Amino acid sequence: MLAIEIFSVSFFVAMVLNGITLLFGCLGETIIEKAGHLNLGIPGIMYLGGIGAILGAFIYESNATNFNGFLAILCALFFCILMSGLGACIYAVLTVSLRANQNVTGLALTTFGVGLANFLGGSLGKLAQGGSGLFVSVKETSDAFTFYIPWLSEKTGLFGKLFFNSSYGFLTFVALILAVLVHIFFKKTSIGLNLKAVGENPQAADAAGINVTKYKYVAIMVGGIIAGLGGCYFVMNYLKGVWQHGALGDAGWLAVALVIFSLWRPLRSIWGAFLFGALTVAYNYLHASTSQQEILKMLPYLVTIIVLIVTSLNKRREDQPPRSLGLHYFREER
Amino acid sequence: MFELKNLSKYFGEVVANEDISLTINEGEILALLGENGSGKTTLMNMLAGLYYPDRGQIFLNGEEIVIKSPKDASSYGIGMIHQHFKLVDLLTAAENVILGLNKGFFLDMEKVEQEIKEVGEMYGFDIDPKKKVYNMTVSEKQSLEIIKVLYRGANLLILDEPTAVLTPQETKQLFKALRKLKERGKAIVLITHKMNEVLGVSDSIAVLRKGKLVKRLATKDANELMLAELMVGEKVSLNIKRSKVKDPVLRLEIRDLSVKNQYGKMVLDNVSFDAYGGEILGIAGISGSGQKELLEAIAGLQGTQKGSDITYYHPKHNEIKLIGKSPFQIKRLGISLSFVPEDRLGMGLVGSMGMVDNVLLRTYDETPNFYKNRKRAKKIAKAIKEELAVSTPSEETAVQTLSGGNVQKVLVGREIANNPIVFMTAYAVRGLDINTSYVIYDILNKQKEAGVAVIYVGEDLDVLLALSDKILVLSNGKISKPLDPKKVTKEEIGLLMTNKIEEELEK
Repeated sequence: MLAIEIFSVSFFVAMVLNGITLLFGCLGETIIEKAGHLNLGIPGIMYLGGIGAILGAFIYESNATNFNGFLAILCALFFCILMSGLGACIYAVLTVSLRANQNVTGLALTTFGVGLANFLGGSLGKLAQGGSGLFVSVKETSDAFTFYIPWLSEKTGLFGKLFFNSSYGFLTFVALILAVLVHIFFKKTSIGLNLKAVGENPQAADAAGINVTKYKYVAIMVGGIIAGLGGCYFVMNYLKGVWQHGALGDAGWLAVALVIFSLWRPLRSIWGAFLFGALTVAYNYLHASTSQQEILKMLPYLVTIIVLIVTSLNKRREDQPPRSLGLHYFREER
Repeated sequence: MFELKNLSKYFGEVVANEDISLTINEGEILALLGENGSGKTTLMNMLAGLYYPDRGQIFLNGEEIVIKSPKDASSYGIGMIHQHFKLVDLLTAAENVILGLNKGFFLDMEKVEQEIKEVGEMYGFDIDPKKKVYNMTVSEKQSLEIIKVLYRGANLLILDEPTAVLTPQETKQLFKALRKLKERGKAIVLITHKMNEVLGVSDSIAVLRKGKLVKRLATKDANELMLAELMVGEKVSLNIKRSKVKDPVLRLEIRDLSVKNQYGKMVLDNVSFDAYGGEILGIAGISGSGQKELLEAIAGLQGTQKGSDITYYHPKHNEIKLIGKSPFQIKRLGISLSFVPEDRLGMGLVGSMGMVDNVLLRTYDETPNFYKNRKRAKKIAKAIKEELAVSTPSEETAVQTLSGGNVQKVLVGREIANNPIVFMTAYAVRGLDINTSYVIYDILNKQKEAGVAVIYVGEDLDVLLALSDKILVLSNGKISKPLDPKKVTKEEIGLLMTNKIEEELEK
């Protein structure tokens, strides 16, 4: 029997924290896919972003004499962007310039990113706690990330607890604003229109005077970095700065699934992210048995499959993936 | 005024263009005439910024310009309308027009839509700026392409085979618009290999052969025969021979054939006709009127609606109902389909295989051996190569490395090698030069004389009229009565091709 505890504040907060993580990943992947590249390396890039943030925070915490929250955040973000940017850069060079198969490159990048992140995490653990260090903790930086306005979060009752919870930090709101900005970017700006054209029909974009290669590179880099922020957000806000082996779980794959669920629309991905977030954590709040838990964990994927079936059946042109998704572009092809 | 001086372009060892010098004047329509592979499109692609010349210069009003990208071309007022439209399906007409222009960070669609309407009205194009491209007809897309380059301030418009996809009526409209553009001082280059268009609309003609400019002359001094001679470099007879039909035998009886496509639209609507052995049955129609589905239904590749009936009178067996039979069984009964889609390799041949292996694809099952027998296939491949003069280094060379004409010869030759009883072919000469086309017509005639029932789906009405013994016109899935090509005129067929569509629109 499933006992229901999902009408609790802690469930809502867990949903938001997981959802925002997915939202970052989804926005990043959406931008990349709009450029015509299916980046299955997103899970790896999110791991790289997560461990980058830990690494930056760890370096700062071990070297700073006077802990300054702002500098800690900067340092963590810098390394997060560096690491996820590195992952995105590998993918961009391989798939855009060298025209390697996108799926193979992406899957390899995920294997590489997850492996490297776990390796670095283990090494940091050993540095911090000696031989048997199984985890590494950057509590102070995590606290800095989750700073909050006491009055708004604590004095406004349920409203504050739900919408300005003390564990949200500033990145939660950054993600939501980012989703709106990405929406405006694709709907209202010329660069957004050009990027859409690159992913739909690079031949046409090229003929219209758009530098296809440049657009692809920038989209892959920016998208990768945004996805990397998701990794940072997860370890700092949800895991409270504690890194363990495989810390991010399957968040990256869920983010990729969310792109399909949201039909490449940033605004839709906001509520989609919360839905997926809720489905991911539901098993913790339903007192389900182990086998029931496993079934609950697959719900987001099941929902994605249903969305795929529905959109494939209705064939609305606007709901289909970018037309040249996964294809290479050569110019002087004869 | 644009001036090209000694432009040359090579692809590896292949000469695409060599030392071409040409002047393009404003207020003039220049027809660029030449066989396939004569370098017309390559030459214009250098103006459009898609290729960069290996040698030579380009001058605009006396000043040398360097064109390295489509963007450069556009900044010098050069706009090209490619054969395959460069439009983004998902976007609206207006969005396609301003693509890549980056006028300000935010888009002002209302202003752009207004401006597009104005450009359209000025030159007589009817266009809805809010319409998505995937909802447009071919001729609407073409108008959009023209408006796109005009909006970008083009003074030189290059059109690559613009009429290949249009009905005769739409072609007329296009030419009207081109004349209007000319009157307003635009320079226009028309790439084509259709003589009647060249003579009908252009002011001046430049003929290319094998990458070189053969001659530049005023249209008023030209005639069809002379141009053909310039193009091929030798005298060609423009007449396709049509041998008399001897003892036609009923082979195929098609009754009430209906096919629905994946969107539930009737692409073939109660089509009935007969095909006789010893005759060439020509099928005319705008592309996409159901030709593909018709041939595929006969070959067993296409599901049909209830009530459809195809009866096949085999010379040795009794009558056979074809519906419900697998493509493999139908092929075994001697019905051969050499469908030539837009990309020749797509449905017919495996590009990375040589001629022998491609022949083997059809014959591997003739002997029950576990090991394949390449000897026989090799013999057939050799025969095809010699009889049809396929130019390939060896029968084992991957067919994708051959030129379009040679690929087509391999495809058609292989089907004929199987001694078909019914031989169906679609667009067999699409993209081929005149000489190769004649080789194909010859093959079809020989098949007919041998008593084969030939079904020929074609697009060039002159050829259809000259080659076929009977003509059927497909229009929007409906088929006309059999017409006598000796009595019917081109215009009548053109009307039959389009009027059903107009009826449809009026509803």
